[in-house]
Amino acid sequence: MSAIAKRKVTVDGGGRGAPPPNHHLPDEVLLDYASGAADEGVSLLVATHLTLCPICRGRAAELDALGGELVESLPPVDLSDDAFAKLLARLDEPVSEPAVAERSGDERSGADGTGDDATLPRVLQRYVGGAVQDIAWQPLGLGVDHVELPVEGGSRAVLLRVPEGRAVPQHTHEGNEYVLVLQGGFSDAHGHFVRGDVEASDESVDHRPVADAGEACICLAVTDGPLKLTSLVGRALNRFVKL
Amino acid sequence: MRAVAEERSRAAFARLFAHFAPRLKAYLMRSGSDEPAAEELVQEAMMIVWRRAESFDPKQASVATWMFTIARNKRIDGYRRNNRPELDPEDPALAPQPEPMQDDQVGVRQTAEAIRDAIAALPEEQAEMLRLAFYEDKAHSEIADQTGLPLGTVKSRLRLAIGKMRGLVDDELR
Repeated sequence: MSAIAKRKVTVDGGGRGAPPPNHHLPDEVLLDYASGAADEGVSLLVATHLTLCPICRGRAAELDALGGELVESLPPVDLSDDAFAKLLARLDEPVSEPAVAERSGDERSGADGTGDDATLPRVLQRYVGGAVQDIAWQPLGLGVDHVELPVEGGSRAVLLRVPEGRAVPQHTHEGNEYVLVLQGGFSDAHGHFVRGDVEASDESVDHRPVADAGEACICLAVTDGPLKLTSLVGRALNRFVKL
Repeated sequence: MRAVAEERSRAAFARLFAHFAPRLKAYLMRSGSDEPAAEELVQEAMMIVWRRAESFDPKQASVATWMFTIARNKRIDGYRRNNRPELDPEDPALAPQPEPMQDDQVGVRQTAEAIRDAIAALPEEQAEMLRLAFYEDKAHSEIADQTGLPLGTVKSRLRLAIGKMRGLVDDELR
């Protein structure tokens, strides 16, 4: 939320003095997040990228402000006559909600086992259930591991680990795919992607990402349609993986 | 807002309520809540405003923006098991701002005014896209379904609208 976006941060961040990411979220995705229309998988992707990208934090704050202005300009709808009296009565109620619910969602992390992790921002640790070393990777084929994250809604969210230097089979997607790099990097025809960068692809994109040498590439991949492998090996794999 | 936060003034809270509650209700009803549900969400949102008033920072967001984000998050909490995923401001992984934001010099109030002016100056079809997104809780893919426009057209129109808005805001603040 915007209040966070502009806060100055002096801690040694995940960027560790690294320049901000070069590949950002498209505006329509930031807009879906600001309006609240983005489903949980896409929202998780956005929140993770915003942690790593001060530029998109500024863009997101501007869209929150747009939402504030649009809502303020709506023709008011009267509340029931006793609405404010009822509200005042409720203010006097002791706070019965658990303390954790009193804090905004973004402040709850840390109370649920999340902590410092050089790879996974806390918002993502909540979905993984721990730090990167706690992930129960499952083999996907060709040395690629994955773990599915529990999100509601139409999107799927998957963490992928691709061995260094390894190519992911050529593929296209139905719908959109967003890949956010958390560790290592990869290249495809559209550029070089490192920590914090997002590649957004739709069904028109047929690509074959190759992980950088040096370390395994760990990515958060969010898709709102099934992935289709297009190479010969890929077509064979299609029968086995349902990514 | 300050009187609510610092003096816990119920009179000031009443003024906030009188201005914002009917607008939040209008927003919540447009985005799919029936009237009783919208009233209840307004109550819950205003309770959060009262309890968290001291955490509101006028240097970072306008009251309208803050209210909108609270109502939006309440709405999402109502239908999703998990809260809206948001970044953790205390996360050591949070990448710092590389340089002071423009907003350090330009006040939140001017930015809000510039955004309001920009909405008014946008071509109607672009402004309508933004209203559909915010008022009716439509993801860009749903806007495509509803309007019958191809997804690519919706994306490019939204990008155009947001880009134009940004340009207008920057011009006004410069």
